[in-house]
Amino acid sequence: MESLTNTIHAVPLNHYILLSSIIFSIGVMGVLIRRNAIVIFMSVELMLNAVNLLLTAFSVYRGDASGQVFVFFIMALAAAEVAVGLAIIVMIYRNTNSIDINVLNRLKW
Amino acid sequence: MGQGYFVNINMSTFYFIAFLSIFFSILVITAKNPVHSILYLILTFFTFTIHYILMNAQFLAIVNFIVYMGAILVLFLYTLMLINLNKDSEPVKPFMVKFAGVFGGGILMVALAASLKSIGASNPVILQNPDLGLVKNLGKVLFNEFLLPFEISSVLLLSAMVGAVLLATKDTKTA
Repeated sequence: MESLTNTIHAVPLNHYILLSSIIFSIGVMGVLIRRNAIVIFMSVELMLNAVNLLLTAFSVYRGDASGQVFVFFIMALAAAEVAVGLAIIVMIYRNTNSIDINVLNRLKW
Repeated sequence: MGQGYFVNINMSTFYFIAFLSIFFSILVITAKNPVHSILYLILTFFTFTIHYILMNAQFLAIVNFIVYMGAILVLFLYTLMLINLNKDSEPVKPFMVKFAGVFGGGILMVALAASLKSIGASNPVILQNPDLGLVKNLGKVLFNEFLLPFEISSVLLLSAMVGAVLLATKDTKTA
């Protein structure tokens, strides 16, 4: 009986996918239009979180706990990524006195 | 037991919170001052926490709250304030580049939404097993099936810490 009312009122999976893709696209736009390296980094975090939300939604939809464990691993990965990335940004700032992304045009290879 | 009433509230809450998520994430990428950007990002992640609670993924809600809002964003904020970049001196990109960026992102969004449209109506997200996202259940999965990746992620965190310290400290010998 209660599961029936759940069926009628619960949010469709499509709406979760739509929400996640909108937020992911906003993150992509942020990467493309900003020049401040830290703001670009924050846009990447936004994209990661959109994917996390969608993984959780799918996990609940399928009744499979693996998806949520995967989100946990992504969070650990994001923490490592932020630590290294911010260290690199601090180093760039120390060498060039700016975190404008166009300074990186001077990279040699 | 008022379950249907509860779920109905759940549903309208979802749309309200989804609206707030989109609104705050747009503010993140449009705010002029980077500190404001970070504060809006914290609000965005707070709405994500509410999404997790609505799906009864309690463990992820708490981890999102503590790790993302408590640790990662505070790290961002400290970096920004320490190297004193909280001024509106960011050079703006030319209008055409901005337009191209927004256009590209919009194209991506339209493509994703259109491919979603072709699937047609979808089943609702229903929580069959109410304790799916609880700490007990997830811990069992994590320490049985995913024990090796869990241990490897600890090595990853250690190497990230070593790398961050190595990169961010001033090298007095070579500099």
